[in-house]
Amino acid sequence: MSKKALEAIQTQVMWNRLIAVVEEQAQSLLRTAFGTITREAGDLSAGVYNPAGDMIAQAMTGTPGHVNTMATAVKHFFAHYPQSTMKPGDVYVTNDPWQGTGHLFDYVMMTPVFLDKKLVAFFASTCHLIDVGGIGFSAKANSSFEEGTYIPHMMFRKENVLNDDLMKVILGNTRNPIEVKGDLLSLVSANDTGARRLVEMMSEFKLKSLDKLGNHILTQSKKGALEAIKKLPDGEWSYVLPLDGYEKPVTIKAKLKIKNGHVKVDYRGTSEVSIFGINSPRTYTEAYTVFALKAIIAPHVPNNIGSLSCFEIETDPHTVVDPIRPSPVTSRHVTGQMLADAVFGCLCQVLPGQVQAESAGSIWMLMFNSAHGRVSKEQLVNAQQYSVLAIGLGGIGGRPGKDGLACMAFPSGIGGIPIEIIEGQCPLWFKEKQFLANSGGEGEWRGGLAQRIEVLNRENTPFTISAATFDRIKNAAQGREGGKPGSLGVARLGSGPHLPDKGIHLVPAGDALIVELPGGGGFGDPAKRKLELREADRKAGVVK
Amino acid sequence: MMDKRLKLAADIGGTFTDIVLEKGKQRWSGKVLTTTQAPEMAVLEGLQQVVKEAGFKPSDVDVFIHGTTLATNALIERKGAKTAFITTEGFRDILEQGYEKRFDHYDLMIDRAVPLVPRHLRLPITERLAVNGDVLIPLAEEQIAGLAKTITDEGCKSVAIGFLYAYAHPKHEQRVAERLKPLLPNDVTICLSSEVAPEIREYERFSTTVANAYVRPLMAGYLHRLRDGLAKLGLDAPLYLMMSGGGLTTLETAARFPIRLVESGPAGGAILASRMAQSLRLPEVLSFDVGGTTAKICFLSHAEPGRAHRFEIARAYKDMKGSGIPVRIPVIEMVEIGAGGGSIARIDKMGRLTVGPDSAGSMPGPISYGRGGALTTVTDANVCLGKIDPEFFAGGKVKLDVAAAQSAFKVQIGEPMGLKDFWPAAGVTEIVEENMANAARVHAIERGKDITQCVMIAFGGGAPLHACRFAEKIGVRKIIVPLGAGVGSAIGFLQAPLAYEITKSAIVTLDIFDAQKVNKLLREMTMAANVVVQPAMAKGKPSIKIKADCRYVGQGHEIQINIPSRALRDTDGKTLKAAFEKAYKSIYGLTIPNQQVEAITWSVTSSSPHSKIGTAQKATKQAAPKPLRTRRLFDAASGKLVNAPVYWRFDMKAGARIRGPAIIAEHETSTILGSRFTAEINSLGHIVMEISK
Repeated sequence: MSKKALEAIQTQVMWNRLIAVVEEQAQSLLRTAFGTITREAGDLSAGVYNPAGDMIAQAMTGTPGHVNTMATAVKHFFAHYPQSTMKPGDVYVTNDPWQGTGHLFDYVMMTPVFLDKKLVAFFASTCHLIDVGGIGFSAKANSSFEEGTYIPHMMFRKENVLNDDLMKVILGNTRNPIEVKGDLLSLVSANDTGARRLVEMMSEFKLKSLDKLGNHILTQSKKGALEAIKKLPDGEWSYVLPLDGYEKPVTIKAKLKIKNGHVKVDYRGTSEVSIFGINSPRTYTEAYTVFALKAIIAPHVPNNIGSLSCFEIETDPHTVVDPIRPSPVTSRHVTGQMLADAVFGCLCQVLPGQVQAESAGSIWMLMFNSAHGRVSKEQLVNAQQYSVLAIGLGGIGGRPGKDGLACMAFPSGIGGIPIEIIEGQCPLWFKEKQFLANSGGEGEWRGGLAQRIEVLNRENTPFTISAATFDRIKNAAQGREGGKPGSLGVARLGSGPHLPDKGIHLVPAGDALIVELPGGGGFGDPAKRKLELREADRKAGVVK
Repeated sequence: MMDKRLKLAADIGGTFTDIVLEKGKQRWSGKVLTTTQAPEMAVLEGLQQVVKEAGFKPSDVDVFIHGTTLATNALIERKGAKTAFITTEGFRDILEQGYEKRFDHYDLMIDRAVPLVPRHLRLPITERLAVNGDVLIPLAEEQIAGLAKTITDEGCKSVAIGFLYAYAHPKHEQRVAERLKPLLPNDVTICLSSEVAPEIREYERFSTTVANAYVRPLMAGYLHRLRDGLAKLGLDAPLYLMMSGGGLTTLETAARFPIRLVESGPAGGAILASRMAQSLRLPEVLSFDVGGTTAKICFLSHAEPGRAHRFEIARAYKDMKGSGIPVRIPVIEMVEIGAGGGSIARIDKMGRLTVGPDSAGSMPGPISYGRGGALTTVTDANVCLGKIDPEFFAGGKVKLDVAAAQSAFKVQIGEPMGLKDFWPAAGVTEIVEENMANAARVHAIERGKDITQCVMIAFGGGAPLHACRFAEKIGVRKIIVPLGAGVGSAIGFLQAPLAYEITKSAIVTLDIFDAQKVNKLLREMTMAANVVVQPAMAKGKPSIKIKADCRYVGQGHEIQINIPSRALRDTDGKTLKAAFEKAYKSIYGLTIPNQQVEAITWSVTSSSPHSKIGTAQKATKQAAPKPLRTRRLFDAASGKLVNAPVYWRFDMKAGARIRGPAIIAEHETSTILGSRFTAEINSLGHIVMEISK
């Protein structure tokens, strides 16, 4: 009795420790990263895997699109490098969109961990690099070959010696070699930090392998997820989500099927693949679908392969949710991050009154570049050369019992970048970045507010903006349970014209870029909104 | 020379106000209940008691040092002044938008911190400076009168002003303050972001400035009432305030920048650890301070705690990181987790045993207090396991109900988990000690420390109960429980130097080092810091410590390095870069070749010299005293109940040595000696515990 009790407590202790180890790994990445999207906005993830490649713990720091894609990315390395060939000090890398995290900008780095010459675990981490060559951060390419440099599954470090040849190839194919080099080394160092801590932990607890602990974690988590699923009725529910698309509108068709403790989302019938880079590789589609399911059904169950394995998807190849190489995928999140709303559209029928309204969804990556190479030299006399990023965040849907959150990413987990950091890197300046009145959909619980951003140039030169991820310009976030839709997104020049598509656009000298992010949908009948909340909105000037 | 002055310290905590009086080697202490509504009452009452007990009069006191959580509580409970915030037009919502980040992926019901200033009082003014100070939009001075009218009509008692780039270019902020002041009622206070927190990143700077403005009327009022109350008692000694950064400041400066007082209690604890490290010549120290609500862990290297510039107050959603109000102030770097005596233990939805972060506090408190608490807490677990003696608790003033705690553990933890006897309680202490250990480990990597090389200093009412097991978990071999451990923070106040830190952002590349520019900046900062410290010093000059936060160009997070306090030369850039790279490599395992390094933020600390401190001598071996009695105690290392002798701490003479398991009791806490440890009293009266070979 007492021995068993002590063992149970010790297992719990080791589980907590494992989570602390991956959190250290993530913090190390955040603190050493160069790209603002990683270090300021937190676009990264970190996790630990058993020798079979099953994710057993992940860091809270990070974003679901990375975490849940990485859950499967690790196993793909084994086809190229079987575990038996791996040595201490090795590090493996890829940016394969289909077998990594969905586009060429995300590098996945995997490090095997050895204890007494035996392979005991893997650490993997990923972050978004600022530039990978090709046509840049644009959805305009027609194939992944144009989108940047592809690094197949390769060795980045062999028995503690960095692969300088590979580094030269990568750095020779980016517009920002300094940041890229720094970020790649950050990934290496983050995994090393995790590995060091794991070995210490295993020595302390006298573990020869993680098998027993790993099995316990996965079994318990799976059990937790199954118990949550069993509370739902069996059945099928459908939802159709219209999106702006690129050359033509996109329709996401989702059918949720729950049966015997298993949950599946069937996307068959969804629009065919786009000729532009808004396609979401299957792994990314799966990541956000599973995220949305778990957030409603089993939010408190730890995120690992045990709990994730209770959820699956079905897709047709050659659709926007399952493009096949070499379909372009740079802006995969413009489709992938909308899938949470498609899933919620089904789930709200299973759990009426319990699922939040639709959100802005896709984060708007405000990627600014100097106009070098796009206009004549005469227009760029004494012009600075730069490539900077701001994050445009709209509103989240109204929630059962609470208004929607204003200006935050959902389902993505990344944050904004300070104005004083952005403007320090370029001559651009923000004239405005504040809440947009009337942007949250009406409801008993109002949709989250969006914001209005206006950007000018201190130089009398043109600059460019990538509209690759701007969506919900034609299709608003819908309300739920009688709530009204949020406001539509707007992307235009100060002089008037709207940006025509998801390509890279020139903002002429002296002109400005204005974006209004989409607002969140409202939840519940607007007539039921409490008087004091209406009054508070009016006093704050966010509803006029 | 021994300091012969009569020194008084008061630490206002959430539950108790601790008072310590010291003269030379003699020390008296006392605890009174905190009087939340008028905190000066408890201070005045408590100090009279202790001073009288020691045979003095209030007018005998030579110096009075004070720390308080009052500012923190005002922020947590939202009891500060009605405040307006004047900011750059187009950016009034920065204060609410914050980091624009969901701090939990899966919890869809999270709330961000509600801003201290509601939107209708966030008042835009037309103006805009560029990053280099160029005027992009001139300041519309004609709008100031209108703002003054709004502020007056709304009845605001405090105004914060925060403009973009004011950390480097304060001219617009200063101009608005200058024009606004005469238009407002006399009792309205004004705070500028360029004075409160002149650092890059607008949200954090604005947030700090607003928080300062929000607590200023309250804190200034309290401090002045205290000053008057002391005067009535005839106590006219100089009064200094403990700051969160570990230094002391004058009442006037504290009333201007009260936000710097938020974590002053825990800072006192770190000072105590620092002085212990000096006295015992300990190179690497882990300070471990456990109170009723939280455990604080802080690393010290060569008696210096780590220092940081950021702190998050008043976490609003499930105590989660990211849901509070960030402030940029000098703080002693520590982790604080919800793992104190009052932390609640329960079974979560996954069937797992969890402890904290919520606490039963002092009302209703743990079940064993018998004041209405119904949920099992860490204190209750310690009672069930024999670690807390129900007779001695709080000097015998509070009788503990052991049976109630035992039956609650059986029902709330034991039955759902299938655990019997003492095991549910043992599970709770094991989990809470593991939580402490995890926090310590993560913090160690953040600080780049090898935790196993540290000596632990354990104080605060709860730490001596958990220190041995916590040490075993993190691989620490030696623990010191100082004399007066139960009121450790207040003792720390008495040992703090008078010190003031000024921080300023100015980006300088180390590879192309402009010594002249840096020297000018540091000279100005040094003068400003000396102005606070010099007048309070009896004689001599303040000493100056300079540090810079550096990073590779392109990174966003910095590592702090020491800067020599002399005029710098251009060639110093190279030396500083080498120091940075050495520190970087020790933390992250590699450097980035051929990458430039820049200093982002500079800090200058002016301080009075430390008071002299006694060092430990070798004590001659003494026989162990006779134990008071024997108790049944749970020993975590062996996982069973054992018979443990209970010793009265003050029966143990220097050099007396005992083996674990044992309990060393005193009025304000008990030290649990694990079965793998031995304990000895050193010549200064501290308990030194070591793992037996």
